[in-house]
Amino acid sequence: MKWYIIKRLLQIIPVILGVTIIAFSLIHLAPGDPARTMLGQHATQQEIDQIRAKYGLDKPLYVQYFIWLGNVLHGDLGRSILSHEQVTTEIASRFPNTIELAITAMIFAVLVGVIAGIISATKQYSAADYTVMGVALFGISMPVFWLGIMLMMIFGVFLGWLPIGGRIDLLIPFHRITGLMVLDSIIAGNGTALVSVLLHLILPGIALGTIPMAIIARTTRSSMLEVLRQDFIRTERAKGLSERKVIYKHAIRNAMVPVVTVIGMNFGMLLSGAILTETVFSWPGVGRLVVDSVYARDYPLVIGCILVFALVFVIANLITDLLYTYIDPRIHYD
Amino acid sequence: MGRNNPNNMKAGVLAIVVCGILIAVSFSGCVQNNPPAVQKILIFGSAGDADKLDPADVTDQESTARTDSIFEGLVEFKSGGTEIQPCLATGWNISADGKNITFDLRHGVKFHDGTDFNASAVVFSFDRQYNASNPYHQYGEWPYWSYMFSDILSVNKINDYKVKIVLNNTNAAMMTSLAMFTVSIVSPTNAAKWGADAFKHPCGTGPFKFVEWVKDDHITVEANKEYWRGAPKLDKIIYRVIKDPSARLLAIQAGEIQGMEFPDPASFAQITANTNLQLLTQPGMNVGYIAMNNGYGYNDTNKNGARDPNEPWVKTPGYFAPFTNRSVRQAVNYAINKSSIVKNLYKGTAIVAKNGMPPFMLGYNDAIVDYPYNPTKAKELLTEAGYPNGFNTTLWVMPVSRPYMFDPTKIGEAIQSYLEAVNIHVTIYQIDWATYLAKTQAGEHPMCLLGWTGDNGDPDNFMNVLYGANQCNLGIAGNVAFYNNTHVQDLLTSAIQTYNTTQRANYYKQAQVIIHDDAPFVYLAHANQNLVFTKNVKGFVLNPTARYFFYPVDMTT
Repeated sequence: MKWYIIKRLLQIIPVILGVTIIAFSLIHLAPGDPARTMLGQHATQQEIDQIRAKYGLDKPLYVQYFIWLGNVLHGDLGRSILSHEQVTTEIASRFPNTIELAITAMIFAVLVGVIAGIISATKQYSAADYTVMGVALFGISMPVFWLGIMLMMIFGVFLGWLPIGGRIDLLIPFHRITGLMVLDSIIAGNGTALVSVLLHLILPGIALGTIPMAIIARTTRSSMLEVLRQDFIRTERAKGLSERKVIYKHAIRNAMVPVVTVIGMNFGMLLSGAILTETVFSWPGVGRLVVDSVYARDYPLVIGCILVFALVFVIANLITDLLYTYIDPRIHYD
Repeated sequence: MGRNNPNNMKAGVLAIVVCGILIAVSFSGCVQNNPPAVQKILIFGSAGDADKLDPADVTDQESTARTDSIFEGLVEFKSGGTEIQPCLATGWNISADGKNITFDLRHGVKFHDGTDFNASAVVFSFDRQYNASNPYHQYGEWPYWSYMFSDILSVNKINDYKVKIVLNNTNAAMMTSLAMFTVSIVSPTNAAKWGADAFKHPCGTGPFKFVEWVKDDHITVEANKEYWRGAPKLDKIIYRVIKDPSARLLAIQAGEIQGMEFPDPASFAQITANTNLQLLTQPGMNVGYIAMNNGYGYNDTNKNGARDPNEPWVKTPGYFAPFTNRSVRQAVNYAINKSSIVKNLYKGTAIVAKNGMPPFMLGYNDAIVDYPYNPTKAKELLTEAGYPNGFNTTLWVMPVSRPYMFDPTKIGEAIQSYLEAVNIHVTIYQIDWATYLAKTQAGEHPMCLLGWTGDNGDPDNFMNVLYGANQCNLGIAGNVAFYNNTHVQDLLTSAIQTYNTTQRANYYKQAQVIIHDDAPFVYLAHANQNLVFTKNVKGFVLNPTARYFFYPVDMTT
């Protein structure tokens, strides 16, 4: 197992190199350049040339890549061309927000999705089954943007129960330590802030978690149905075990492998930001950051974000693979 | 085997629940102890975050909306207008040849960091922008300098409270340019303290002091109690980023914010019907247009921003024979129902444009009669030009909304249908914004949608930038119709060198007559600027420059 993990971690290197080379080429191949975006409609050629020279954009692409790579190996992702801020600072200031939102969305998606999937499978063709699957279909089909606005209108404006955007009530004094605001408010013992931060997580968490929830519900249902038809379940029942024990002790565990795969993949995706949810809920996450930086042709920032996303995906996949061994002891990596 | 034991699992869940309750209980005291807020805090919903908080190094409105609370310049625009009045300078004197401007500076003003405001600070704020050997020059791109201030040769200290700006050329627009945010005065001590990071620690002399910036979330400024005009009425302003206009509206309806920018015109009825909200609206300093590629530009090989005799006119990549014909361009002007576009697509929050700059500006020619909507006349002109059966062409449509073009896609579709009615078959082409700007400035389009928002309230900032022949430089053209009328350019050059406002206005009026006849553009609209506040916010004044000044603003309970 140890060697397997080391091998997988070493595989990150070629993956990252490949991803960054492709990303570097693609973003530079796209027309337009940061100098022009920065200077706007009134740029003179002289100014554009100066900025291109200043940021090394006048050098051949492969030279630019190797300079960038050399800097990355020294822990320097460069400065954003547009904001002049360190790329690491830009990403570090957004990433904790994305992590908190992704975790909230996944908690919602897993709790609701798995329970709904189990109910649906154990009561196949019942009203409950049709309801759950109907909701799942609705969840997958619903535009996140529209769902977000509806949640805000109902719970934020009409009922006034929940805040409709942002991370915290800005009138509450708050000191950032790790950037993970739930954690920061606990560390600071700031109860008012903790309550506010948690309340601000609810609506975006539901909006972002709805699609994964629907996918998880459907996957759990089909996986459970398959397991419930297998011989060992019949044996369990023949042994006289209660239906409750059969399902909760034996069936669920066996049905979880595909579900964990789906959870892992979705979590990886959520960690690379959710542009629509972030936009509608004014959430300062990495999704908005990367989209804005692509539009501005802010090369260092785009490549920096892609590097982080690639790492997140690789690590999320590795964790998912390792979880298989926990869920199904028959799986082991040598 | 413990992981298989349901009792262990139950115990784990129970432990989590108990911990949760304990944490909640331990915090409950803190919740009750929070003192009630008594300060006047205005939370303003912005459409985006600032790029940087250095007024000399930004072009975006979101940055200047913040820096305008923190910084001030030598002169400023009068509230609600574009006339100049003293600010950090108490007065000025322009030499007879118009090339030397001497400013007397205000005494007793301090920067937020306690540094004295004086001539050294003024010289520093300019010098770092134009002097490449200034150690702080490397920290910015100074995007407005060569575009608006390149006529400044030097800024010199005469004594501690007197500075002289020396110009290369006479420039009648210079005083209005000096009221721009770009030449706000910054604290030299603060620049020395922060170096490359000074842009995130802004320090000026303005009515509000910088407090914090949480990227993509909010920027907070607080009252400068020692402000030289007296402390502002608001204790704090929090500029909160809410990108989506629907979300901004919901936030103000829910009472989470007290002001917001760029409301969706479709929601105006909802806003005006809400007794808690007020909609502020006034004509904006902008123009939205269709540019038809007249076919010829030049390569500005010596990069001096003007066409020289050794820089010949060459065909633009988007050269399209029909648009080189004036009758065709006029026909397009006749074929489009601008009133309907303004009414239905700008939702009435704009006025129909007949000239290339807004009506309130110096030199606007109101005597010009716009091309009326007349498809029959358009067809006649097309026949006269040799296109009785029309032709096929491509309209480039902006992929983003701008203050002068609320919904480019729908406007593009409307134009397509109007032109179809006169047998001009239009295909719509869209590409991302950075590419769009690059390619239209390179002249790759036959016709495109674009527009302009003014920078300094001076007519030169519209007329010369958008319609001058010098602006037909391929690759960075401001004149995207590639309308290369040298007579018009001569008039515009004469205007910028003339301090006499009547004579100057006359030059612009003449230029507009020629441009109208040549019809290189279809001027669509001048869009209004709109802001929404809750009813308890008093005293905000809209400015033609679309800049936000919160100093006079107050909030009632």
